Amino acid sequence: MSTIPADLRYAKSHEWLKLESDGTVTIGITDFAQDSLGDITYVQMPKVGATLKAGETFGVVESVKAASDLYAPVGGTVLAVNSALESAPETVNRAPYSDGWMLKLKPADPAAPAALLDSGAYAKLAG
Amino acid sequence: MSGLKRTSLRDFHAAHGARLVDFAGWEMPVQYRSILEEHKAVRRAAGLFDVSHMGEVDVRGPEAGKFLNRLVTNDVTKLYPGRVLYSPMCYPSGGVVDDLLVYQRGADDYFLCINAGNIDKDVAWIREQAAGFAVTIDDRSADFGLLAVQGPMAAAIVQSLTGAKLGLIKYYHFGEATVAGIHCLASRTGYTGEDGFELYHAASESVALAEALLEAGAPHGLELAGLGARDSLRLEAGFPLYGHEITADISPLTAGLGWTVKLDKGSDFVGRTALLAEKQNGAPNQVIFFKTGDRRIVRADTPVLGPDGAVVGRVLSGTLSPILNESIGSALVATASAAGEGGWSVDIRGTRLPLHRVRPPFVPLKK
Repeated sequence: MSTIPADLRYAKSHEWLKLESDGTVTIGITDFAQDSLGDITYVQMPKVGATLKAGETFGVVESVKAASDLYAPVGGTVLAVNSALESAPETVNRAPYSDGWMLKLKPADPAAPAALLDSGAYAKLAG
Repeated sequence: MSGLKRTSLRDFHAAHGARLVDFAGWEMPVQYRSILEEHKAVRRAAGLFDVSHMGEVDVRGPEAGKFLNRLVTNDVTKLYPGRVLYSPMCYPSGGVVDDLLVYQRGADDYFLCINAGNIDKDVAWIREQAAGFAVTIDDRSADFGLLAVQGPMAAAIVQSLTGAKLGLIKYYHFGEATVAGIHCLASRTGYTGEDGFELYHAASESVALAEALLEAGAPHGLELAGLGARDSLRLEAGFPLYGHEITADISPLTAGLGWTVKLDKGSDFVGRTALLAEKQNGAPNQVIFFKTGDRRIVRADTPVLGPDGAVVGRVLSGTLSPILNESIGSALVATASAAGEGGWSVDIRGTRLPLHRVRPPFVPLKK
């Protein structure tokens, strides 16, 4: 059974989003997603400063099995990417909700994160 | 997964946390914990693989040796009881029906180990070719289980469960051994590039044998390993996989397996005329192995580009080498394009990655 923290928001495409106290958001992929992918071997990220639209592809996560697109759960400007994943992409398998985070965004619409799935709704999707 | 064939170990795999997938019509473990970790365990210590889906075919009779020497491209006359031979089995076109192991048990007594996905096709082909020879062909695939113990600790692990002197069984030889009380045919062969044994046994004994090997192997660092690791291990060793490096359209010469094609073995064999012509005239394409210096996996069917960007071939197999920590693979490229060796590349999501040719194995191997 995969872990679905109650304090996060979720996209149907299996990204999680954490609303930080300063209004920025941190984004990664869920435990369910990393488990489905298997051994993650490569994570391709956008550049800091890039502008993403909600639902837009922001990168690619590759496993031994397949390459999958990553989708921005909300639109915004990229503030930071987790460069540690370049040399240690397996961190996403080990710690999808903490050390395996992927990017930090300044949301274009501050209300957008609240419109995403809560943990209960996501659990029905990824149960 | 309904409709899939199962080995005797299907529930054993599930109980050990395997991710079961459809592999050539069989419900098989692709991984237990992690493909990369299982791969590394095999190179470091040992891995236990269920390969019971592989097929076994008895070939017996006064003309068994003569027949097999016509059926396969390698020289079966080099065998003697207790010796194993790897060989492609070709169509008259020179394309490959399958690659297999030939075991000689006695003067008129051989058996073949064939790929799981090819069992029906192979048995039909072998029977067809056997017309006119004094041989009997028996598909024994359902009777046998097959467990592979591979890695530097493999021999010590198997030895701890048998009184047979395994040191007397050299690479590509086999002998009978009672392992954990179970009668086995112990073959010093494998598909990982490591030392190890493949243990043929009655399918009804598979669970008991697997449990004994897992228990005896754990203190040595043995781990259960799935077909995912088996594939990355074989690619790192530079071994061909049927359907990728060798197919009905890719001959053993094109695949770089010239050492298995004995054109001068003194008797005709299926595919000889075509293979001789290929050797004399050269082939339009060749299989090469590559590494990229990058972690992005170059997957099968990715087009290979020449120096001017034109497509000169396609990728056949690709994975991440957990030992080299970079992506490796094989490709079929136009022979003419090899002149500009170093000029091959692939486009991965808009990034041009150069392919650096490697003569396998990719990593130093014991075997």
